[in-house]
Amino acid sequence: MTRTNYLNVQYGVRSWLLTTDHKRIALLYLAAITLFFFIGGAFAVMVRLELVTPQGDLVEAETYNKMFTMHGVMMVFFFLIPSTPAVLGNFLLPMMIGARDLAFPRINLLSWYVFVVGGVIGLGAAISGGVDTGWTFYAPYSSTYTNTAVITTALGVFFAGFSSILTGFNFIVTIHKMRAPGLTWFRLPLFVWAHYATSVIQVLGTPVIAITIILLAMERVMRVGIFDPKIGGDPVLFQHLFWFYSHPAVYIMVLPAMGIVSELVTCFSRKKIYGYSFIAMSSVAIAVLGFLVWAHHMFVAGMSLYASMVFSVLSFLVAIPSAIKVFNWTATLYRGSIVYQTPMLYAFGFIGLFTIGGLTGLFLATLAVDVHVHDTYFVVAHFHYIMVGGSVMAYMGGIHYWWPKISGRLYPEGWARFSALVLFVGFNLTFFPQFLLGYLGMPRRYHSYPEEFQVLNVMSSAGASILGVGYLVPMVYLVWSMRYGKPAPANPWSAKGLEWNTPSPPPTFNFDQTPVVTEDAYVYQKADEEVPVG
Amino acid sequence: MADHASAVAHQFDDMEQQLDASTFGMWVFLAQEVMFFGGLFLAYTIYRGAYPDAFREASHHLDLRLGALNTVVLIGSSLTMALAVRAAQLSRSRALAGFLVATLVLGTVFLAVKAFEYHHKYVEQHIPGLNFHAEGPLAGPVQMFFVFYFAMTGMHALHMIVGAGLLVYFIVKARRGRYSAHYYGPVEVMGLYWHFVDIVWIFLFPLLYLIR
Repeated sequence: MTRTNYLNVQYGVRSWLLTTDHKRIALLYLAAITLFFFIGGAFAVMVRLELVTPQGDLVEAETYNKMFTMHGVMMVFFFLIPSTPAVLGNFLLPMMIGARDLAFPRINLLSWYVFVVGGVIGLGAAISGGVDTGWTFYAPYSSTYTNTAVITTALGVFFAGFSSILTGFNFIVTIHKMRAPGLTWFRLPLFVWAHYATSVIQVLGTPVIAITIILLAMERVMRVGIFDPKIGGDPVLFQHLFWFYSHPAVYIMVLPAMGIVSELVTCFSRKKIYGYSFIAMSSVAIAVLGFLVWAHHMFVAGMSLYASMVFSVLSFLVAIPSAIKVFNWTATLYRGSIVYQTPMLYAFGFIGLFTIGGLTGLFLATLAVDVHVHDTYFVVAHFHYIMVGGSVMAYMGGIHYWWPKISGRLYPEGWARFSALVLFVGFNLTFFPQFLLGYLGMPRRYHSYPEEFQVLNVMSSAGASILGVGYLVPMVYLVWSMRYGKPAPANPWSAKGLEWNTPSPPPTFNFDQTPVVTEDAYVYQKADEEVPVG
Repeated sequence: MADHASAVAHQFDDMEQQLDASTFGMWVFLAQEVMFFGGLFLAYTIYRGAYPDAFREASHHLDLRLGALNTVVLIGSSLTMALAVRAAQLSRSRALAGFLVATLVLGTVFLAVKAFEYHHKYVEQHIPGLNFHAEGPLAGPVQMFFVFYFAMTGMHALHMIVGAGLLVYFIVKARRGRYSAHYYGPVEVMGLYWHFVDIVWIFLFPLLYLIR
C-alpha cells in the first residue's frame, strides 16, 4: 500500500549515516543544528537570568563572559550559518531545479561529517572550560592574554567553516549544471537565487576566516607576533580579516531567509510575485555589496576617517537591494488573496522585524551615531532583529511550509499559529527594550549594570522566557506530527514549483521522470480566477 | 561500453554533464583556494609595507638558487601533468601512467628541496616558535618575515602533499586502464588542481626570494 519514498526505502542507523541522498543529509543537518540551537539557547538563558538583577549575583564576571561567548559561537557558527542552506536548501534545491541530487552527493555527506566534527570540538571546548573572548575572538586578548579554550573553539569554527564551503560549492555547481530542461536562470525559484548568492559568499568569504584562524592559532601557540602590537603585530589587521568574512556571513544567514519569504509571500497571496527579476538581482547585489562593507564594525577601532566615510556610504548602499525586496513583497500582497496560514504568519513577522533590524542598521552605519551606540545593547538588539527576527522567523516559516513535503505529514495548524504568535510577542518583548537600553547607554558584555536599567532588563528576560516557549511548542508538535499528523498530499498549499510536483515524501531520486519546465516561476492565479482542480 | 555507462554517477544525465560539473566544481574550489591564500598574501603585503628593511634583510637568508631550482622543477611538473591529461584524452594509458609518475617524482623532488631548506633554517635558528634567534633592532620584524615564510610555504607544501597523495591514487587507477577518451574527467580535474598549486608557488617565489 505505502509507496516507497526516501524515508521508508531503507531503515537502520547505517542507512542514514552512509546516505548520499540530499534529503536524508538535510535531516541529519536538521537534527544536528537543532541540538546546537538548544545548547546555544541554554547559554542565552544564563545570560538573561543574570541580567534580571543589576548586581552580578548569579554568575561571576568571568563565567558570564563565557556564557555570552558560547551563546554567540554556537548560534552563529553552528546554527544560523548552516540553518537554512544546509537543511532547507539541501532538501529543496535539487527538487526545485528538477535534479535527482546535488552535483556531488558524497561531498554533501562529507560536509555533514566535517560539521559534526567541528560541533563536537566546539562543544568539547565549551565543556572543558569554555572561551571568554566574545564570538569575535579579537586579538591580542584571544591570542595572548586569555587562559580559556581559544584554540579548540577556533578549531571547531574552522571545521564548521569548511563544511559551509563544501555546501556552498556544491550548490553553485548544482545550480549551474543540473537544471532541468527548460529551467532557464530567470525561471528559477527565488529561493534558488537566494541560495546562489549565499553560496558565492560561503565559497569566497569563509576561506578568509580559515586563514585568519590559522594565523591566530600560530600567534597563540608559537608566541610570534602577527596581531599583538607588543611584538610588532597589528590588532586592527585581525579585525579587518575577521570582518571580511563575518560581515558577509550576516548575509549567509539572511539571504536564504529572504529566499524563503519570497516563496511564502507569493504562495499565500495566490499571486505571481511582484518584480521577480529585481528580487533575484537584489540577492546578487547584496552578496556583492556585502563584501565591501566589513569595516563598519570598526569605526571606533582607530581606522582612518576617510576609510570610515567610504565604508559608511557603502553600508548605506546595502539598504537599496534590501528595500527592493521588502517593497516587492508588500507589492505582491497588494490585491492578493492572502491566506493566513502559519508559514505566512512567519513571513509577515519576517518582513516587519527585518525592516526594523535593517533600518536600525542604518543608524549604526552613520558615523556619528555609531560612536554613541557602539558596543551598547542597541547593537545587540539590531543584529538580533536581523538574525532572530529575520533569519530564524523565516527558517521557522520555511520548516512549516515544507514540513508536509519533508515528513509526509501535516502539522497541527492551530498550535502552529499559536506558537508563531507567541514567538512574535516573545521576540519583541525580548529585544525591543534592548534598543532603549542601548540608546540610554547600557554597554554590552557586562554582567552587572546601574539600577536605572533594571525595568527594561526584566522585560527583556521575561520576553526571553516567552520566546523559549515559542521554540519548544513547535519542537513538540512537529515531532508529534511525524507519527500522528494527517498524511500530506503532494501539494497541500496548491503551490507552484517543481518540489510540489512530486509525492510527499518524495522518492529517493525525487522525480520518476526528469521534469520539463515550460513556464515562469509562480504563475499563481487569484482565487476568484482559480479553476477548481479535481 | 558497459564501463562507460557505469562511469556516469546517478545524479547526472550523461558523461558530458558529469565532466562539465566536475571541471566547474574544481574551478569553484580553486576560487576558494585563491581567497584562502589571498588572506595570507594580504597580511604579508601589509607587514612588508610596515617593515621594508627587516623583510629585505630577512629575505637574504633564503637560498635563491634552491628557490629557483624548485621553480623550474615545479613548472616541469606542470608540463608533465598537462601531457598526462592529453594522454588520457587520447586513451594512451601507458603514456598517462608514465607522465603521472613523472609528475609525482618532480613533486617529490620539490618537497625534498623544501625539506632541505627547512632543515637549513633549523640549523640557522630561524624557525619562529621553535628556536628563533636573531640580534639587533630588526629582530622582531625579521621573525615575522619567517612566520610568513613558513606559513606560506608550509600551506603550499601541504597542498603539494595532498596533490602527491592524489597522484598515487591516479597512477594506480591509470595502470588499471580506468581512464580513456570516454572517461578522462578526473585526470583533467586533478590537472587543474596541480596547476593551481604550481601557480601559488609562482607568486611565492618572487615575494619571498626575489624582492630584495
